Amino acid sequence: MYSNELTLKSAPLEGEVRIPSGCAVSAIIDRGGRRMTGADIIASIATMHDRSNGLGGGFAGYGIYPDYKECYAFHLFYGDFQSKKATEDFLITHFEIVYSSEMKTRKIKKVANEPIIYRYFLSPLSKRLENSLLDEEQYVVRCVNKINAEIDGAFVFSSGKNMGIFKGVGFPEDIGRYYLLDEEYAGYSWTAHGRYPTNTPGWWGGAHPFGLLDYSVVHNGEISSYDANRRYIEMFGYKCTLQTDTEVITYVIDYLLRVKKLTLGEVAKVISASFWSTIGEKSDEERAQEEYLRKAFPSLLITGPFSIIFGFTGGLMALNDRLKLRSMVCAERGDRAYISSEECGIRAVAPDLDRIFSPAGGQPVVYTLREGADI
Amino acid sequence: MIIDADRDMHFSRLNAEVRNTADERVTINGCLGQRYIATGSSGKTITVNGTPGNALGAYLNGSTVIVNGNAQDATGDTMNGGTIVIHGNSGDATGYAMRGGKIYISGNTGYRAGIHIKAYKELHPVIVVGGRAGSFLGEYQAGGIIVVLGQNDDGLPIINNFCGTGMHGGVIYLRCDKLPHAIPDQVRAEDVRGDECEELCSIIDDFCGFFPEFDRDKLVSANFKKLTPDTDNPYKQLYTDN
Repeated sequence: MYSNELTLKSAPLEGEVRIPSGCAVSAIIDRGGRRMTGADIIASIATMHDRSNGLGGGFAGYGIYPDYKECYAFHLFYGDFQSKKATEDFLITHFEIVYSSEMKTRKIKKVANEPIIYRYFLSPLSKRLENSLLDEEQYVVRCVNKINAEIDGAFVFSSGKNMGIFKGVGFPEDIGRYYLLDEEYAGYSWTAHGRYPTNTPGWWGGAHPFGLLDYSVVHNGEISSYDANRRYIEMFGYKCTLQTDTEVITYVIDYLLRVKKLTLGEVAKVISASFWSTIGEKSDEERAQEEYLRKAFPSLLITGPFSIIFGFTGGLMALNDRLKLRSMVCAERGDRAYISSEECGIRAVAPDLDRIFSPAGGQPVVYTLREGADI
Repeated sequence: MIIDADRDMHFSRLNAEVRNTADERVTINGCLGQRYIATGSSGKTITVNGTPGNALGAYLNGSTVIVNGNAQDATGDTMNGGTIVIHGNSGDATGYAMRGGKIYISGNTGYRAGIHIKAYKELHPVIVVGGRAGSFLGEYQAGGIIVVLGQNDDGLPIINNFCGTGMHGGVIYLRCDKLPHAIPDQVRAEDVRGDECEELCSIIDDFCGFFPEFDRDKLVSANFKKLTPDTDNPYKQLYTDN
């Protein structure tokens, strides 16, 4: 079990407390690649304030670090300066630190007990990378896992290129302002989460989004297949350190997409697979594909209520559980596309829309940058 | 009374104003996600311009609610009486456990519309959907009437999967020649002509009264599938052998 200064300080460990449900998710992408500040995504998630309880809020922004877009941007929480020193000793032997600084934040009354937050732009040391016999991404993943699992009090919560996750304990609109997302950053795509923790007490690292490399997941729901999914995914070197279901969803998608090279549509058919009876009604071709995917990855079927927004370089995917036990609305206006737990989260920033619809359970909605969009 | 809501107006304040006014007519402009509007209300006509939040008209007890926009989830949750008219779509679990009153939706409805809908003595709830319905329409339906007219223009079928799962009372009318998905073994589907069914004609008349954009004659002169619990094949021994 993962425990360090950071978790111990916030009293009970993840998994020891049960608090009733809620959560809100929201996302905006400009498919033309035009960058927008975090103001709209904050306004969107703020409309759904009552879906969260102040125990977690967070954002992922894509295209926000154009000046360092070749570097892995690590965002770290530290419980103390010993953990910072230990982490930096580790980083310096594995990466060239191109630039580092304390995270810029603004003091907000409602955001308290902040950890120490640092940001590093990193480039893997070529010799070290070569000797590891890993590809570059896997090398970075291993380093992230190592810090999170082995350095007490340190937690890497963002590790992608030209993207960043910003999260903490508080209402999402306060967390957004705390990190100055409305002023300091502009990205072509944003996701947001307002947390109402169910099985976990809510600490800075446990807020959403969860990220690995440039992948990020925000999630409303509670998966009942957690242990089955975790046991399977841990066979492939992932470490589920937080006992929270969103972390395992992130690893499952990373494994299917990056390692097994499935398409997003195929990933959806694995994690939110149709019932056998529904598959039986489909055309021969669809049936063959869905049967194959269900049989190939039976342990990666995610059951229980969920609505997730998966962010990646160049796009977003919205997905519900196959029974659609959580709400989700998608909409479009020109180049902009919107995803939200509730329609009001979209209307707050885009009163007039070309199209608005609710995807069916298990039906992925994917929005990607248009061809030629420069990010 | 006219209430100009904005995004910063919390639902508790908005609903207190609606509840406390002596005016029988209330108009809410600029509504953006405020929950529980018209909850338990009777004797009023409440017009909502914008996007009302979840549980609109929950426990509604006689008032009329008109929405110019889309409704979110759990509209008319456990409503007892009154009318909700939505000029747009409604979200998931519309008419959840409704036991009286009527809900008319010009557009589509989400998953689980009419789940646990029931009737009691003189109370016979009705849900009418102009477009299509999501999966689990009429799940555990115990009474009341659900009508889906299939006038959606998105090319999707009139119902999705698992329609009528656990249905043991009431009736569902679907305006189609052929069911697009299988229904449970314990539910029976019969063919009826709209214009030959008095109950259906009267419901569609009411619907078109609220939505003159629909052609009443066209709607009724069509085949409907009428779903009811199959009393010859009741639920038995589903879980235990007794």
